[in-house]
Amino acid sequence: MAEVLVLVDHVDGDVRKTTTELLTIARRLGEPSAVFIGAGYEAAKEVLAGYGAAKVYVADAPELSEFLVAPQAEVLAHVAASSSPAAVLLASTPDGKEIAGRLAVKLESGLITDAVDVASDLTTTQSVFAGGYTVTAKVTHGTPVITVKPNSATPEPAPQTPAEEKIDITLPESAKAARIVGRAPRAATGRPELAEAAIVVSGGRGTAGDFGPVEALADALGAAVGASRAAVDSGWYPHAYQVGQTGKTVSPQLYIAAGISGAIQHRAGMQTSKTVVVVNKDAEAPIFAMADFGVVGDLHTVLPQATDEIHQRKG
Amino acid sequence: MKIVVLVKHVPDASAERTFSDDKTTDRAGVDGILSELDEYAVEEALTIAEADDSEVVVLTMGPEQAADALRKGLQMGASSAVHVVDDALHGSDAPATSLVLSRAIDKIDGAGHVDLVLTGMASTDGGMSVVPAMLAERLGLPHIGFAGELTVSGDTVTGRRDGDAASETVEATLPAVVSVTDQINEPRYPSFKGIMAAKKKPFETWSLSDLGVDPSQAGLSAAWSVVGDVTKRPPRSAGEIVTDDGEGGVRLVEFLAAQKFV
Repeated sequence: MAEVLVLVDHVDGDVRKTTTELLTIARRLGEPSAVFIGAGYEAAKEVLAGYGAAKVYVADAPELSEFLVAPQAEVLAHVAASSSPAAVLLASTPDGKEIAGRLAVKLESGLITDAVDVASDLTTTQSVFAGGYTVTAKVTHGTPVITVKPNSATPEPAPQTPAEEKIDITLPESAKAARIVGRAPRAATGRPELAEAAIVVSGGRGTAGDFGPVEALADALGAAVGASRAAVDSGWYPHAYQVGQTGKTVSPQLYIAAGISGAIQHRAGMQTSKTVVVVNKDAEAPIFAMADFGVVGDLHTVLPQATDEIHQRKG
Repeated sequence: MKIVVLVKHVPDASAERTFSDDKTTDRAGVDGILSELDEYAVEEALTIAEADDSEVVVLTMGPEQAADALRKGLQMGASSAVHVVDDALHGSDAPATSLVLSRAIDKIDGAGHVDLVLTGMASTDGGMSVVPAMLAERLGLPHIGFAGELTVSGDTVTGRRDGDAASETVEATLPAVVSVTDQINEPRYPSFKGIMAAKKKPFETWSLSDLGVDPSQAGLSAAWSVVGDVTKRPPRSAGEIVTDDGEGGVRLVEFLAAQKFV
């Protein structure tokens, strides 16, 4: 069975959930091989083995982490050249997409971004035009390079004892051109990562700058917090939490939009959510058209009441 | 300094967007605009240009009406425009697009050294975010992607890239490719003076043969991926809407409980 390369998305060996989703998808397509680049493999080992990696390529030279994106594309191209994989899967993140772009040029291969599903014959499904259309596509030239959106598969454990192969490559000067000179880790919120969360509670203009009720409900549900562009542009919530065309695209099981009118800009980022709940004072807000359940009311009273009710039910 | 800004003419996202019979984005039957996210790249170029008297060239590839996107760039303040237009381009995928644009940048560079290539973070139609990285790969240039802040000092460009896990400061030596996010600035509106001045600015139109690109390397038939089915997503079925009568929060939780979220 042909290998399917999965680029491991991790921070110092802390493997992100998207990688376990990719390994799960890769098992449908062939034999998953994880490609681990950077420091911390010992910490990542168990997760990669646990989700079915039959092989792990480890490239841990310190210089690989000193430059942006290009070294990872070099490593993947190197591994692809020797393993002739059926496909290369990456997470649809800024890094993942840029690595995919460089890799596709190197391999002279077609690429597909933002897949929400990959079938066993490598046909991908994408949601386009702000979720207005579903499109299937297939790479027809070279080694398919596919980036997959978070939450596109449910990670399924499949314990393996992976073979390990160390990759030592000499980076060309062209891959050492964009040097990372500073790194400020984002402050931990204790909440799930927005793009990966099963439940997202978002606030918009209707919060009038007070995200307290939104955060409290999110915490009662174990959810991530999101924000509309209007809220971010007003300086009420950091841009890292923006849901929409120019922010994160989320596809959770449950999306609660509070005080968000539902401009196309926002809908583009949450249209594929499974269940949508809306709280808005304005009964005419376009977002109600997407709601599975909606409350016409002030989020400042509805959300705290809902939070209290959840706490009571939990006893 | 010479700055090339890549712009794209896209179907207006606030109107109905659809596909043509050949499953490519319908660009003829809809209103097109300069991709909103490209305005940030134009603005950033103009800001840099104002400080050091740089030349700003706006570049696009696309059908005839794509010239409108270039005009908007000129009206905002760019110095000149280049439009790559050729029937053979229709349906080009990202690898072909990056090939054609890289050749166009080479040609602009041949007429006077290009120091910086600026782009938006994504187009608002295809939204792939891969062309800037592909261009950098083809041109052999450093690439700083998704920059939320940018400074150019001498021959060094420094950008702040805000990722999920960290905010990174990235440094490169010019020439370089930089894609910018919508956090970087507030794009200007064209002034009346700018609109009038734009009509007199240099505007070049190039074909694939001008770039030495064989027509068989571009377009739908040369694409390295193929679209299968295109299906309009059914509208969401109307849900239950209640008006808060003092029990709205409780009703909400009852719904969540019925759906097993609580």
